Amino acid sequence: MKKSPEELYQERVKRVLDACTGKVPDRVPIMGPYELFVYNYAGVTIKEAMNDYALARRACHKFLGDFQPDADFGPVLAYPAQPMEFLGVKWFKWAGHGLGDNIMYQFVEGEYMKAEEYDEFIYDPSHFMATKWLPRSFKALEGFAGFPPMRLMMWFGWTGLLTAFANPELQQALQNAIKAGKQLSRWFASLGRYTQEIKRKGFPLAYGAFSWPPFDIIGDTLRGTRGIMSDMIRRPDKLLKALEITTQLCIEYGSAAAGADLPLTWIWMHKGSEGFMSDEQYKTFYWPFLKRAIEGLVERGCIVVIYCEGNDTPRLKYFVDVPKGKVVYHFATMDMAKAKEMLKGVAAISGNVPNRLLLTGTPDDVKAYCKWLIDTVGKDGGYIMDTSALLDEAKPENVKAMFEFTREYGVYH
Amino acid sequence: MTKEKLVDAIANMRDQEAIQLARQMLDAGVDPRVVLEAGHEAMAIVGERYERKEYYLPELVVAGEILKEIAELAKPKIRGEAAAQAKPRGKVVIGTVEGDIHDIGKDIVAFMLEVNNYQVFDLGVDVPASKFVDKIREVNPEIVGMSGFLTLALDQMRLTVEAIKEAGLRDQVKIMIGGAPMDDDAAKYIGADAYGEDAAAAVKLANQWTGGN
Repeated sequence: MKKSPEELYQERVKRVLDACTGKVPDRVPIMGPYELFVYNYAGVTIKEAMNDYALARRACHKFLGDFQPDADFGPVLAYPAQPMEFLGVKWFKWAGHGLGDNIMYQFVEGEYMKAEEYDEFIYDPSHFMATKWLPRSFKALEGFAGFPPMRLMMWFGWTGLLTAFANPELQQALQNAIKAGKQLSRWFASLGRYTQEIKRKGFPLAYGAFSWPPFDIIGDTLRGTRGIMSDMIRRPDKLLKALEITTQLCIEYGSAAAGADLPLTWIWMHKGSEGFMSDEQYKTFYWPFLKRAIEGLVERGCIVVIYCEGNDTPRLKYFVDVPKGKVVYHFATMDMAKAKEMLKGVAAISGNVPNRLLLTGTPDDVKAYCKWLIDTVGKDGGYIMDTSALLDEAKPENVKAMFEFTREYGVYH
Repeated sequence: MTKEKLVDAIANMRDQEAIQLARQMLDAGVDPRVVLEAGHEAMAIVGERYERKEYYLPELVVAGEILKEIAELAKPKIRGEAAAQAKPRGKVVIGTVEGDIHDIGKDIVAFMLEVNNYQVFDLGVDVPASKFVDKIREVNPEIVGMSGFLTLALDQMRLTVEAIKEAGLRDQVKIMIGGAPMDDDAAKYIGADAYGEDAAAAVKLANQWTGGN
């Protein structure tokens, strides 16, 4: 008998949850955050997807129908070009804005918080973000430099502080924020609509929320890679204080996943991988804060997906120290057999199909790799099939081989 | 000796002491070229420690920062000719290929090659194939390094190698690649001579290719 979309929905939710929590599902689930591939497969450039929300949804529906992942990301990774253009985002380049029409957006490294501004950030992160980070990040929000410190409004503080709003530059920035807010609402409405549409087809949404490790919140868009690397040696005390704050921010970003059918908080790992820092530095600046953030998110009802984008083999000895059955580690470069051995009974694993193989290999190469993964890491559950990194350029027949083979060979008996 | 003290302070990440020492030396009339030499000696030590995985990115960045500050103090005091540079071991043209603007990995490789006495021509990021070709023609390097973080770099590197071939320059250079989606198979696909996993591997390859160890 053919299953109804409701039944399929429940089946997929259970399959993914079982794998995430270390139980043995009916088969190895397959899902992942895919970028360019989804759109190119449907004949759509990333520029078109970022500009035309309906077109982006249609492309995602095509991918969903043809590949049938167990959970789906939809168009969330095709960021909305219109508000980005309007705001004049300075730390990003994207298709039609510094990059060719079919190239994924890329981050522009910089110091969006200066070394001498740690104290300001630590004292009042919101005020720092409003008056320094926003103007440095968005051309249209430069007038926020004059935003008054809200912490001083009480008693008769407001009399002087509210005069800031008489400043035409701040007024213009506020007008721009209103306009951008309306534009962004249309994008979020499109995402919401897509989620409802796929639910009716029997597919759950793969994410409840996104978040970033406490270290990377500072290292990505505040201090930049060079900045934070220098700070570990030249101003460690200030960095440690700021990490206390970003640990809370990491939890705050990610808690929205709680209560979703798949309450998955995806934490995108950037600068903790092998090569960036020593073991000593990792255990001082990176891991303790990430661990606390994971615990905080789990306490709030989330399942945490740690999406590692580099080689994290040397970090496995830390990764074992998390709440049992509540964490999924996604690996790009990893000694997968060792990872399985160490994480068994503690956390689930996903990923590791090389993106290079999906582009330059053959379907047989892909199947052989997936077979090895299922035999090695998929043994006794706790594994989700996925690519090594966000999927961009790839041969469709290779991606199809990955999906079909997993569905056939990944069944548990 | 103060020079040795300065080398030691830089190599061991004692930033404030290093800058203070450099200032004292310059104020005492020590030849600014000696101060700069100390910086270069320290960088070689930092490079060795990085290759041995005793040092990581933080130390490379900080050593670079200290050296820059010291150079700013010393350079205005140099009169006459700058210090004679040791003859470079070889020339390297390096860049992140077109479509990709990631620079951290490429910068580390360039830095490590420099401290190992290579003359590095860094073309930056988003470098079209024609720019690689033009630079190879201009400076005649032994080695070309291509970097890329995204999968698009695989085909772009292949294109770049193709362009180098078409320009008739392929036999004059050894080509190394590096970056997240790369591996030995990628090197074959691209038509490069070798893949290097990290900056230490890049130095090793360069040394092999220039006839050393």
